[in-house]
Amino acid sequence: MKSLVQWFLLTLFAAWVVPASAALNVFATVPEWGALAAELGGDKVSVYTATNALQDPHHVEAKPSLIARARGADLIVATGAELEIGWLPLVLQQAGKPKVQPGRPGYFEAAPFVALLDKPARLDRAEGDVHAAGDPHIQTDPRNIARVAGPLSAKLAEVDPANASFYQARYKSFADRWTAAIARWEKEAASLKGVAVLVQHKAFTYLIAWLGLKEVAALEPKPGIEPTTAHLSEVLAITQRQPVKMVLHAAYQSDRASQWIAERAKINAVALPFTVGGDAAANDLFGLFDDTIQRLLKGAQ
Amino acid sequence: MSRKFLAPGALALALFAATPSWAASDADLAQIRDEIRQLKENYEARIQALEARLKDAEAAAAKPVASAPIPVPAAPATSSSSGIAAFNPAISAVLQGRYANLSQDPEKYAISGFAAGGEIGPGKRGFSLGESELAISANVDDKFAGNLIVSLTPENTVSVEEAYGILTALPNGLTPKFGRFFSGLGYLNEQHQHVWDFIDAPLAYQAFLGGQYGNDGVQLKWVAPTEQFLEFGAEAGNGAGFPGSERNKNGAGSGVIYAHTGGDIGASQSWRAGLSYLQTRAQDREFGETDIAGNDAQLGFNGTSHVAIADFIWKYAPNGNAQYTNFKLQGEYFWRRERGDLTYDRDGALGLTRTGDYSSSQSGWYLQGVYQFMPYWRVGLRYDRLDPGHAGYGANATFLATPSFNPQRTSVMFDYTPSEFSRIRLQFAQDRTRPGATDNELFLQYILTLGAHGAHRY
Repeated sequence: MKSLVQWFLLTLFAAWVVPASAALNVFATVPEWGALAAELGGDKVSVYTATNALQDPHHVEAKPSLIARARGADLIVATGAELEIGWLPLVLQQAGKPKVQPGRPGYFEAAPFVALLDKPARLDRAEGDVHAAGDPHIQTDPRNIARVAGPLSAKLAEVDPANASFYQARYKSFADRWTAAIARWEKEAASLKGVAVLVQHKAFTYLIAWLGLKEVAALEPKPGIEPTTAHLSEVLAITQRQPVKMVLHAAYQSDRASQWIAERAKINAVALPFTVGGDAAANDLFGLFDDTIQRLLKGAQ
Repeated sequence: MSRKFLAPGALALALFAATPSWAASDADLAQIRDEIRQLKENYEARIQALEARLKDAEAAAAKPVASAPIPVPAAPATSSSSGIAAFNPAISAVLQGRYANLSQDPEKYAISGFAAGGEIGPGKRGFSLGESELAISANVDDKFAGNLIVSLTPENTVSVEEAYGILTALPNGLTPKFGRFFSGLGYLNEQHQHVWDFIDAPLAYQAFLGGQYGNDGVQLKWVAPTEQFLEFGAEAGNGAGFPGSERNKNGAGSGVIYAHTGGDIGASQSWRAGLSYLQTRAQDREFGETDIAGNDAQLGFNGTSHVAIADFIWKYAPNGNAQYTNFKLQGEYFWRRERGDLTYDRDGALGLTRTGDYSSSQSGWYLQGVYQFMPYWRVGLRYDRLDPGHAGYGANATFLATPSFNPQRTSVMFDYTPSEFSRIRLQFAQDRTRPGATDNELFLQYILTLGAHGAHRY
């Protein structure tokens, strides 16, 4: 027992001797903020992304790997708006690193910089997976990425002041390219305005608002509740009264419900990357929207 | 019936007859339809105009942000709650209940060869309420966070399950915890019973730790600054919990140290493994056992208890997406050594009271797998086995001997989890913890969680 305690204290002491790595360690909860941090930080940051595009960012556990990575992080970049409520608070508490806790300089949330849509009128779990602050899937509108990029760049400069001018220059370059890209995407997607779509999960609120698509119905009876046959039949009846072009689902979701309705309503089932890494073409933020627009245009034919 | 009552009745009838739905002619209907159509067109036009304005406004709002060099970050929207309730902590409650069908009398439950204490056995027969749990947690200030978990038992008593503070201000991965808490040893010990994958604790937990090991004391945990998860913990407590006992003395009555490591293997797999060690002392820890002659004797143990645990868990979900299907495999191995003296017939009921040296070395393990085969539905299989090992009874060897029986149990569970806040579980277990008395156990259980969103523990 005594020797074990000594060994423990020795290992503890070793903690202070281990040198920190040179680059700024960024822990991004979801791929879009990982990609944005990489765009803005270049080689001055080392980005770890806690989830991939094929995972539902809400249903993640406080895995050992996440605790270890949060322990080594200089900056946490999260969406907020309760998206990571199930795991991030626990990960941060277990990591034991005060400077990356909420409210401290090493913690950044994107949602406060965006006007959230779909704030529930009734806050009740009987309504399914509702988010009190509004829909947290803000990354499906590139203008939201632009809104977050500025504050994130400022945050990088704050936690790593030595490279402030570097981050500022990266941001300017990114903002210019991004503004031009938004204009291009809006032009390409002009024909999508007013196109009626179904969604499998209410995950595309911001994309739909941006492109002026018309969301007719969701396949999930309530957010986060798997589609039921009864509800799908109701949605099918809606498509018979009202022409619908396609049904959208995110890459991380099973396409079974979408295929079911697509077959019967004779519409296209479109899998959207949803975030960076959702498919082969969506390998960065630009690719994400290039591919999203292409898939939507194809689906609307 | 008087005319007084007839008059209003007639009036009501007349009114009923005059409702437009009865009397409307085709011409009226056409007119109404026309009006509704006009109304609709009017509104549609207005909505379109509004949408167009919204779009312009959004585009105007987006451009300056995107083109300005580094805009001053907009002040994050603050929470709108204010006043005296604004600092209310996160509150949640867990409601549980069950139905149990047990072929053996639970009053006679015993684990052969193991001097068990704490909570053991399958519980009551028939319908019963489980423990209702009330949890309150919040940051206290910039240095502390606090957590209180109170358990309301079906017997209408209240017990403090956990009540601890965490010092959150220390750097370098150090997290001290103090108060009453479940020890960090093993894998399952720190988890509350309602998040377990089976309704009851593995036999090894029941036999060696009396169900779950809690402590009043302090814990220091340290997470190493490495990519590979490495966590070390040390605890000092009062040692009142089984296998120790209350001892009315200064200083620490028990000590725990543990180490955990873990990580990911690709995107689909994750794991954690750990080693833990507990040392505690018991003073006059009493239990009943059947002696060589077949008498029920009361025994009292004084001495030290050492428990070592090796645990691992491995989880698999395709691409790390556990929503549709996932699998977890989990196992723990326990080993316990006790040394001291044992008093045979401590209550003198047999008139043979005698104290002699005692030492024992026992072990046990469980292995379980839980598979979610489609959204909401899971099946699980668990196997428990204990080895009473060998014991030296010293001067009491004439009365006592170690049984050669290995207690074991096989459990199958099937549960339905419509959301992360509710679960209904069916479990069947065949429990052979006593020679010649196989207990066939059937449980139906519900677990409901309300209030603040719970944490997704690994």
